[in-house]
Amino acid sequence: MARTLRQHDARTGLLLLTPTLVIVLAVVLVPLAWSVLIAFQRVRLIDVGRTGLFEKLTADNFARVFASDVLWNSLRTTVVYTAGSTFLAIALGLVAALAVRRPFPGRAFVRAAMLIPYVAPVVAVTFVWRVLLNPEFGIVNSWGRRLFGWDDPVAFLSQGRGEITLFGLDVPVPTALLTVIAFEGWRYFPFAFLFLLARLSALPGDLEEAATVDGATPTQRFRHIVLPQLMPVIAVLVVLRTIWTFNEFDDIFLLTGGAAGTEVVSVRVYELLTVQRNVGAAAAQSVLLAVVLVVLVGAYLWLLRRREGTRT
Amino acid sequence: MSRDRVERAVFAVLRPVVVVCFLIATLLPFYYMLMLSLRPIEDLLRRPDSLFVDLGRLTLDTYVDVLRPVAEGGQGFLELLGNSAVVATASVLVALVIAVPGAYAVGRLEFFGRRHVSSLFLAVYLFPGIVLAIPLFVLLTRMQLRGSLVGLVLVYIAQTVPVAIYMLKNYFETIPVSVEEAGLVDGLSRVGVIRRISLPLAMPSVVATGIFVFMIAWNEFLFALLFLVERRDSWTVSLGLAQLSGSIEVPTTVLMAGSVVITLPVVLLFFLTEGLLSQGLTSGAEKG
Repeated sequence: MARTLRQHDARTGLLLLTPTLVIVLAVVLVPLAWSVLIAFQRVRLIDVGRTGLFEKLTADNFARVFASDVLWNSLRTTVVYTAGSTFLAIALGLVAALAVRRPFPGRAFVRAAMLIPYVAPVVAVTFVWRVLLNPEFGIVNSWGRRLFGWDDPVAFLSQGRGEITLFGLDVPVPTALLTVIAFEGWRYFPFAFLFLLARLSALPGDLEEAATVDGATPTQRFRHIVLPQLMPVIAVLVVLRTIWTFNEFDDIFLLTGGAAGTEVVSVRVYELLTVQRNVGAAAAQSVLLAVVLVVLVGAYLWLLRRREGTRT
Repeated sequence: MSRDRVERAVFAVLRPVVVVCFLIATLLPFYYMLMLSLRPIEDLLRRPDSLFVDLGRLTLDTYVDVLRPVAEGGQGFLELLGNSAVVATASVLVALVIAVPGAYAVGRLEFFGRRHVSSLFLAVYLFPGIVLAIPLFVLLTRMQLRGSLVGLVLVYIAQTVPVAIYMLKNYFETIPVSVEEAGLVDGLSRVGVIRRISLPLAMPSVVATGIFVFMIAWNEFLFALLFLVERRDSWTVSLGLAQLSGSIEVPTTVLMAGSVVITLPVVLLFFLTEGLLSQGLTSGAEKG
């Protein structure tokens, strides 16, 4: 009786899961496989209707993509952008989570308010940032000139290379890229904040209390008790944010359109697809993006496992 | 003074300062959005550094302009809002119908390949949209489905079902097995148990998941851009705002009104259900 129920459950389980599997297969896995196939074919948008599934295979697309300087530039930009944004978002999220950890009046509101950048439509927030940073009538530039005495308005989103004077030295800075990274930090710190705060509230208090009794200062308690317990969550956040930022398209496309030294790989793929209408090259580039991503994440997981291995 | 005392004093001051800084940083852009949407464009150009609306010049014309149909000289956002609402609602309904049984199966029933299914979904959830965009773009072009909202809804469903299953599964696992067994003993089938017992108990989580899917579908931009850009009458609001924000003819203040209009529904929904939503998303994180 028990056995038949289990068999029955097994059948029901698969049955209940079938719709999900069908749609994931049809809209994600098959197109994915097809994308790899297209990457090895000569496909232009114009003849998309005529090319068969088994068009002659060729590595031309990859040869073309690898040969161009644009690829290496955009790959470098993507890596800088990903590393900077991931770090900034998690660091800000950690600071915010620690600041609202203890109860205070209005905490619930503060908590909810800090999540708004993450839930608001990307098109609306990028647009507001563009207006805020606008050289002509944006409030950042008009306040910057009034309060900090900037001589000229800063074109935050269209200036590829600017210079700031530090201790009498002119230091070149990639203005637009830094602005985009700052935007990412602003938009995605709530995600880290949410997960870190959930973990913080679930930490058992006794260890910290014992440390307080033993005379540990707040920074010592953070360094030796709280942070180690947060590390697993931070590690997961690093992986997730790296994956998502590496492929991020919307934010950069909407902020700068990929101009001024912010052309990341995903924006380049979009241009190959819609402006140059070269489907094959776009697919090759995107497959490359996916491969780099898998390698990065794989390396990270491998490092993590090895470190854990040496510790125990 | 000891180091401990110094640190305590510093953090006692620093903590509220940090909280206020974060609040300003997160809320100021939204305040700015709202404030600009209520000013005439000439006023913005004359006093760009003002953070307040001159009450005498307060205007709602920007909203009238952005919502009015194109035929009457407006930007037609009302119609676009309708498109977005249809797309998002359809995505929520279908995604839930698919994800609820799926999540129950993954969370409760023992079957061959159950573990692999979870990691498959995780992989799908993490997979880059831009890689998927190319074959789907080609496919829809071929099927002449580009410009139709159906194709868009299908993509949104496929992208949200895995995370919906993850959220729902965590909740189904918290329902005591004994409650369900009682139903089975009373002669209900498995599907009957889901419908009569588990689903009503899981309602808070179903609502949270539905809202999450709604927000994703409402905010989505890349696929809307690829599939719909050539047909203005089927644009979603996100796409509409993005397309118009590049043009010089439409005043910035009018587009700010458009931004407020697309942001408001999402933020309202979020505030109404913030607790449910955060809990649903982070339920795995407490365990570490």
